[in-house]
Amino acid sequence: MTRPAPLLFGGLAALAMPVAARADRSMAYFHTVGPAADPITRLGWGLGIISILVIVIIVALLLGGIFRRRAPLSQTSYEQLAVHRDAGGLSWIYIGVGVSIPVLIVCMVWTLVTTAAVIHPRVSPTVTIDVTASQWWWGLRYDNRDPARVFTTANEIHIPVGQPVRIELASADVIHSFWIPKLAGKMDVIPGQTNVMWLQADQPGIYRGQCAVFCGAEHARMALQVVAESPGDFVAWQDHQLSVSDAPQSALAQQGVTVFETRCGACHSVRGTGAGGLVGPDLTHLMSRSTLAAGLLPNTPGNLAGWISSAQALKPGSRMPNLMLAGPELSAVMAYLDTLR
Amino acid sequence: MATTETYRAPLIAHATDESPSSDALRKSWEGEPGIRGWLSTVDHKEIGKRYIVTAFIFLIIGGLEAAVMRWQLAQPNGTLLTSEQYSQLFTMHGVTMIFLYALPVLSGFSNYLWPLMLGSRDMAFPRLNALSYWVFLFAGIFLYCSFPLGEAPDGGWFNYVPYASRAYNPGPNIDVYALGMVLLGVSTTVGSINFIVTLIRTRAPGMSINRVPIIVWGTLTASVCNVFAVPAVSLAFFLLWMDRQFGTHFFDASAGGQPLLWQHLFWMFGHPWVYAIVLPAMGIVSDALPTFCRRPLVGYTAVALATVMTMVLGFGVWVHHMFATGLPAMSLSFFSAVSMVVVIPSVVAVFAWIATIWTGRPVFTTAFLFFAGFVLLFVIGGLSGFMTAAVPVDWQLTHTYFIVAHLHYTIVGINVFAVIGGIYYWFPKVTGRMMSERLGRWSFWVMFIGFNVGFFSMHIAGLLGMPRRIYTYPGGLGWGTINMVISLGAYLFALGILLFLINVVMSLKRGVHAGRNPWDAPSLEWSTSSPPPPYNFAVIPDVASRYPLWEGRLNEGGDRTSIDDGLLLDKGRETIGTTMLDAEPDVILKMPGDSLAPFWLAVAMTVLFVGLLVHLWWLAGVSTAITLWATIAWLWPQRSLSQIET
Amino acid sequence: MTEIAVYPETLPVGSKGHHASGWWGMLALIATEAALFAYLLFSYFYLASHAYPPWPPNGPPRLRISVPGTIILFVGSITMWWGERGMKKGRSGQLMVGIAATLVLGTVFIVLQGFEWAGQPFTLTTSVYSSLYFTITGFHILHVLVGLVMLIVLLVWTALGYFDAERHSAASIGVIYWHFVTAVWFAVFFTFYIAPRLG
Repeated sequence: MTRPAPLLFGGLAALAMPVAARADRSMAYFHTVGPAADPITRLGWGLGIISILVIVIIVALLLGGIFRRRAPLSQTSYEQLAVHRDAGGLSWIYIGVGVSIPVLIVCMVWTLVTTAAVIHPRVSPTVTIDVTASQWWWGLRYDNRDPARVFTTANEIHIPVGQPVRIELASADVIHSFWIPKLAGKMDVIPGQTNVMWLQADQPGIYRGQCAVFCGAEHARMALQVVAESPGDFVAWQDHQLSVSDAPQSALAQQGVTVFETRCGACHSVRGTGAGGLVGPDLTHLMSRSTLAAGLLPNTPGNLAGWISSAQALKPGSRMPNLMLAGPELSAVMAYLDTLR
Repeated sequence: MATTETYRAPLIAHATDESPSSDALRKSWEGEPGIRGWLSTVDHKEIGKRYIVTAFIFLIIGGLEAAVMRWQLAQPNGTLLTSEQYSQLFTMHGVTMIFLYALPVLSGFSNYLWPLMLGSRDMAFPRLNALSYWVFLFAGIFLYCSFPLGEAPDGGWFNYVPYASRAYNPGPNIDVYALGMVLLGVSTTVGSINFIVTLIRTRAPGMSINRVPIIVWGTLTASVCNVFAVPAVSLAFFLLWMDRQFGTHFFDASAGGQPLLWQHLFWMFGHPWVYAIVLPAMGIVSDALPTFCRRPLVGYTAVALATVMTMVLGFGVWVHHMFATGLPAMSLSFFSAVSMVVVIPSVVAVFAWIATIWTGRPVFTTAFLFFAGFVLLFVIGGLSGFMTAAVPVDWQLTHTYFIVAHLHYTIVGINVFAVIGGIYYWFPKVTGRMMSERLGRWSFWVMFIGFNVGFFSMHIAGLLGMPRRIYTYPGGLGWGTINMVISLGAYLFALGILLFLINVVMSLKRGVHAGRNPWDAPSLEWSTSSPPPPYNFAVIPDVASRYPLWEGRLNEGGDRTSIDDGLLLDKGRETIGTTMLDAEPDVILKMPGDSLAPFWLAVAMTVLFVGLLVHLWWLAGVSTAITLWATIAWLWPQRSLSQIET
Repeated sequence: MTEIAVYPETLPVGSKGHHASGWWGMLALIATEAALFAYLLFSYFYLASHAYPPWPPNGPPRLRISVPGTIILFVGSITMWWGERGMKKGRSGQLMVGIAATLVLGTVFIVLQGFEWAGQPFTLTTSVYSSLYFTITGFHILHVLVGLVMLIVLLVWTALGYFDAERHSAASIGVIYWHFVTAVWFAVFFTFYIAPRLG
């Protein structure tokens, strides 16, 4: 890794931290931050307000109907009927239906307009990401016309602010659903077909997402992050992801390479080493990500060591076995992984 | 040798329950005593009560499953349950409530009430009625036997493939679900056929199609729906079972199969099904609420037509469960539009109920409280559905707790509240005792407040981004507090249900004795004793209007319904068959007596499915043969049913 | 009880033709089974529309067994109709001949289906198409087999003298079931054997 990069990364992290502290906490979509979601949010608010109004009206009608004053009865209520003919009251139905129909028509039209507004981006996307959903993590492949600029990463998506990004969704196993609430509606990931969607962030920040279709044991722990950054920062991040870390300097880290290739290489890849496994996430720039295990844990040395030695305690049922790495082997691997920035 | 009579001009008589002719009727219609009688009864009232009791047992089991889940979810990072345990619980909670409670309880109401409301002595197919109950019970047991073995279905009640395929779910869990559902489908189908033919054939003279109670319209609509919709889900489960046992490729994406085919078949059944489990409940309210408003229902014809329209439109919206699956925008827009149109018949019903209250004189019984509360819950559930009908909004709302809120407002709000109100209403008729009004009011308010606290909060959890079907969630997302509120509300709601059940048990023993018509209600079932005699009516009534017992006071003029004068039909078990639209007598129907055939046939069918489940093909084959033989024996023509000439 | 009057009309007693509840029950059963086949054929067309060509993978299935089978099944419906017509005139012998003829024709159909199955170049699990082929034609064969059992039972009941000109609803019910089985075959035959040939 060349020298400016750690400074850049450190600077980025420092910038991102306050944003992360704010934006990462919330999956709420009362307020969204991009044109793939904003028209939906407006329509949702509109329908929600209409719904609340209807509830208020119905409650008023029910309470009014129940408590309104009526002429007193001469006999007990059971003996007398309220009406003398089986008739009357139909105008209620006419009025109710008569008011509902125009409201429904307006909502239908608004729905069609909103659908048209969000189904395609205004301009062609500049970035295309092939997302492969697996049980229980997200593989990411940044597409490019130039094959030399194609790279693979996992679980943390970076996008440039203010530009539409195309997402092509494929599944490695079962049905999942890709959902970043603040940026776009969700799209299911169906084996055997590629579903295409787009998203865009108009403000920088870190946006949390989560798999939204039940996909098995750790469906509850299949989160991901979208980091939206300035176009310059995004290009820098891309270049950084394309690069390959320098060979590790310390002896411990060099031992770690061997341990890594033997114990981890069957499932994980790090470009520039013999580790080429495709079963699990690509780890070439593991330390550039802020979380581990699909958004489960912050990427700290303690968490990383815990994950490596006993993943099943943290995410039971996940495909990462308890490696039972300890002592010198664990230190060596940790030293090596620390160089994958 | 006696010849089977071919024609008869039946006697018209004046008779009540005290008349000597009624003694003879009682002997013809009374069931056998003891265990044999219990297994062989075909009395629709017995079968109706069994359906309701069994459905409530499943409701309680499903509720306990939910209570455990809500404990797990009350706080972030809950450790009560493993992921697999949670998966089995949420799957079985859905299966139990949607299949083993929601429709069977309504079948129970309809089984009990239809002949009494229609002026008949039994359903069209009494033995088939018994069969549908036994198969329902055995299918429920079949599904639940998996639980103690830790192998309950665990792929969600919707059971999406490929997760439900053998590759990702190798144990027997999904096979139990698939075969159990096909078996249950037999019960649903024969039950539905029974309702349809009963409606077509066995109404009292004068009970024309525009005079039947709305619950009859609701159940009829649901039954026609089931006839056309159940095969879709039975087929889906059968094809899945084939994929899992034999390696066919219907849903196997790697071989060109289509996971979305499962979703289409499932929801082509599933959406009409949700109307099947609410339309009869809406009918309960449409029939019972007017009694407590002291006036007939406003807009009977509009409500009857709205019932049918809801179901017809309900066949055209199934894709709204699949809005996020990547289907073309054109088809999404079509289904979105129809999903909005289907709101309109519901608007008709809501305003009919409100108008009935407004123009009537409310009587504040417990039943009335449940029906009034029901209207509000119906509207809230309908509105959350209306919001999700907008495709792009659904792209945010689907697969979240917003949908969980919607489905509970509709299923609990419409089905459970109407059912419990209906029990407060008809309990006196069925048992001859009144339920406690005081405890009833407590049960209502605790249920109503608990339900709204618990489930309205789920809308908010969904809007905060909480997906469905997660067994835990991290802190820091703002989901902890709302989940605690949801769990507390749910437990309060459960307490309300407990109060209701206590009321039932207490009232059975110590309730005030009820007369024939404690509520001064208008329909035919209130003309019999409480409980009704086994033969229902001493003579078949001759119906003159929609509200037979209110005719004098509605000042309509015209004919009066005759309760004590009518066709006697006392040569064995008999009832009258009438024409479809105008209900004019056209055949004397001979009804079968008690029989063990339905019970044994249900046993044979269940053993067949057990054989399929455990791959004992010889057992399945033997059971199939026994099933065929039992069916033939059942259908063998009998002189007593006038099926054979000399 | 005070006898007030006698109903002005004489009414038939028990199962008589279309007055029989069983008639309406069979119509409802046919409706649900027809829906089942509709969903089966929907599955075929849905999977076909998403499949990579060629579809069917081995080309359209041959007609040399299926066409004679179709004709045989159709004739079987005619003999059932003819038999019932005789029963309506009181000729139970004609009904027995009609049922027996249909029984034979139905059995021949099953045997032909057996040859058709054996002669296919694929097995149940070869492909999506083969899974559909054996499952859908298999469901139909199952319905024919149930029909054959029903025909045997009807034959026995007719021989025992249970039916006469007025009272033979079981036979009428059996006849419409058999017509249903024939009609479904036309739909299945069209789907598998004709539709692929329609360009």
